[in-house]
Amino acid sequence: MRDKLKVANKKFSSRLIVGTGKYKSMSECAKAIKLSGADIVTVAVRRVNIVNKNKPLLMDYIDPKKITYLPNTAGCFTSEDALRTLRLAREIGGWKLVKLEVLGDKKNLFPDMIETLKSTEVLSKEGFKVMVYCNDDPLMAKRLENAGASAIMPLAAPIGSGLGILNKTNILIIRNQTKLPVIIDAGLGQASDATIAMELGCDGVLVNTAIAKAKKPFDMALAFKNAVIAGRQSYLSGRIDKTLMGSPSSPTKGII
Amino acid sequence: MKKLNKIKIKVNGKIKTIIDKLTLHELINDLKIPIRKIAIEFNKEIVDKKKLKKIKLKNKDKIEIVHFIGGG
Repeated sequence: MRDKLKVANKKFSSRLIVGTGKYKSMSECAKAIKLSGADIVTVAVRRVNIVNKNKPLLMDYIDPKKITYLPNTAGCFTSEDALRTLRLAREIGGWKLVKLEVLGDKKNLFPDMIETLKSTEVLSKEGFKVMVYCNDDPLMAKRLENAGASAIMPLAAPIGSGLGILNKTNILIIRNQTKLPVIIDAGLGQASDATIAMELGCDGVLVNTAIAKAKKPFDMALAFKNAVIAGRQSYLSGRIDKTLMGSPSSPTKGII
Repeated sequence: MKKLNKIKIKVNGKIKTIIDKLTLHELINDLKIPIRKIAIEFNKEIVDKKKLKKIKLKNKDKIEIVHFIGGG
C-alpha cells in the first residue's frame, strides 16, 4: 500500500512524525527515529554552546539529507519570538517547511491562538509552508486554513501529558471540514492513541514524549510505527456500521 | 609598535573581548563553529551567511548564533 502523506506538495512515506527532544542521548534518539520509520522529525532552534564546543550536534546523528527536518518554534510565547525563530531556521539551510507553535500558558502549554493566527499570516506571506499546532477548535482551524496554513495540527491533549485524544468529535469535525492535512500533535500516550487518530481520518500523527520517555523507547517507536499503519489501513478499509443489536457471524440455517 | 585595540561584544548572551577590526566570519571561524550548520543574528538582524566577511565587528555588537537541537 503506497498511500503517501502529502504536505505542501511534498510526499512522505511515513505518516508518523517524531520529535527529537527528551531522549537520553543523541544516539538513542537517532535509533528510535530509525525504528519509527519517520521521515520527518521536529527540531528546535537554540543557541550554539560557545563554551563547550565538543557537545554532539544533532546533524551529526540525523542526516538532514535523508530525514526532513521540521524546525519548530517550541518554547515561543509570542508571535515575534516565533517569527524570529523560524526566520533563523530558514537561514540555517533554506528550510521553508516549518512547524509553528506559539504557547499561551506555561502550565498546560495550550497554544495562544491569537498569536498563532497572526504568525501564520505573516509566515505564509513570507513564503513559508506552515504546519500549525493549534487547539481542537474547528473555527480556529478554519481561520488558520484561510490564513494560508499548509497543515492543521490540533492537539490531542496537553503536550507531554499522554492523555490521548480527548475530543474525538472536534478532531472529526476539523478533519471533515478541510482539504489540508490534519496531523494530531501532542498528548498521545500509547500506540493505540495513534491508531485512533488515524481511524478518525487524520493524515498523520506527531509523537515525541510517548516514545522518548517510554521505558523501552525503541520498542515504543516500533509500536507507534505499526499503530499508524494499522490505523490508516483500518480507516481506508471502511469500518462497519455500529448497531445496538447482535448479528451472528455464523449462518443460522442448517443448525443441528 | 601599535597596540591592538580590544573591543567587547556579546555572543549568545556572554561578553567576549576580541581584537578590533575582526570580521564576523573570522569570529565564527575562531569559535570553530561550522557555518553551514548555523544561523546568525547580528544586532537583531539575520545575516546572510554569504556576507559574513563584509561585517566588521564593533564595540557592543550583539551576536546570536543558533543551530538545530532535539525538540518536539
